[in-house]
Amino acid sequence: MSDQQGMSLIVRVVTRWLFGLILVFGLAVALFGHLTPGGGFAGGTIVACAFVLAILAFGGARGPGATFARWASSLDATGALAFLALAILGYTAGAFLHQWAGKGEAFTLGSTPSIVLLNLAILLKVGAGLFAGFIAVALFEQTAESGKGADA
Amino acid sequence: MDFVLYGLTAFVILGSIAALEMKSLLSAVIAVGVVGLGLSIVFLLLAAPDIAITQVVVEVIVVTVLIRAASRVPAETPSLRAGPARTFAGAGLALVAVGLLVAAFQTLPAFGSQRFAPALWYLEQAPDLTGAANVVTAVLLDFRAYDTLGEATVILTAVVGALAILRRPSSRKEESHV
Repeated sequence: MSDQQGMSLIVRVVTRWLFGLILVFGLAVALFGHLTPGGGFAGGTIVACAFVLAILAFGGARGPGATFARWASSLDATGALAFLALAILGYTAGAFLHQWAGKGEAFTLGSTPSIVLLNLAILLKVGAGLFAGFIAVALFEQTAESGKGADA
Repeated sequence: MDFVLYGLTAFVILGSIAALEMKSLLSAVIAVGVVGLGLSIVFLLLAAPDIAITQVVVEVIVVTVLIRAASRVPAETPSLRAGPARTFAGAGLALVAVGLLVAAFQTLPAFGSQRFAPALWYLEQAPDLTGAANVVTAVLLDFRAYDTLGEATVILTAVVGALAILRRPSSRKEESHV
């Protein structure tokens, strides 16, 4: 099984169907984390799973994957900084990490905007972080393999 | 309910032992996956769906990465078997530890009883104070958000460290000026 070719046609077709659904599911788990079980961490991991599935099914951890990894590590840092920025925004309401956006009607998406935004920041951070880690491991293996043969 | 829980716990413990004892690395990874799945069902039965979701999702991604890594390693890995004396000493120490744990658990409040006043306070007040109906999220991102910030920092550091260590060595030659 070469990484450049990916997996069989069946896996690739099913991946094409499922990829968007997994992304939406991960986003929903994170977005409604303040109302239902789940949250940014679980949602981010599901989103990372979607990208890992795509890389495994279609191959190409080396070519597009290396580009993704650079993007993913930037997104990872963006998520962490977004969390910090949201925390600092809390000063506008009095203190670090305070709820600065107020509260809406209970049991709705807008019932607590600041927590929703924090969840999304964690989604970005965890999703991109896990995917970047996966790509890093995949690239490392390939380098180790190609290093045995000719210097690629 | 209790028996299901005991059965699952025994299953998880057996799976962990199997993961340690398996000769083939791939089988060991699959045993780890079984442990994670059993653990997530335990969390679900203990009415902690948040933890169960996170557990099962993280398990899926970790097992995927590990299977990928294990499939490239030679099937038979050298076993690290200890001699009979060490096995005996290890078993004895484990028994002592279990005895101490059982003694310690006797002093805890009964399983599932709500004797902790702070927990009750959070359960009652969290939805009103934070607006988040899911109390777990309310605690994670409001009452205890400093901790979550630290957690995010830990993950960021781990990822940056992994990327720095696993970086392609050849990219240094190609991009020597970066």
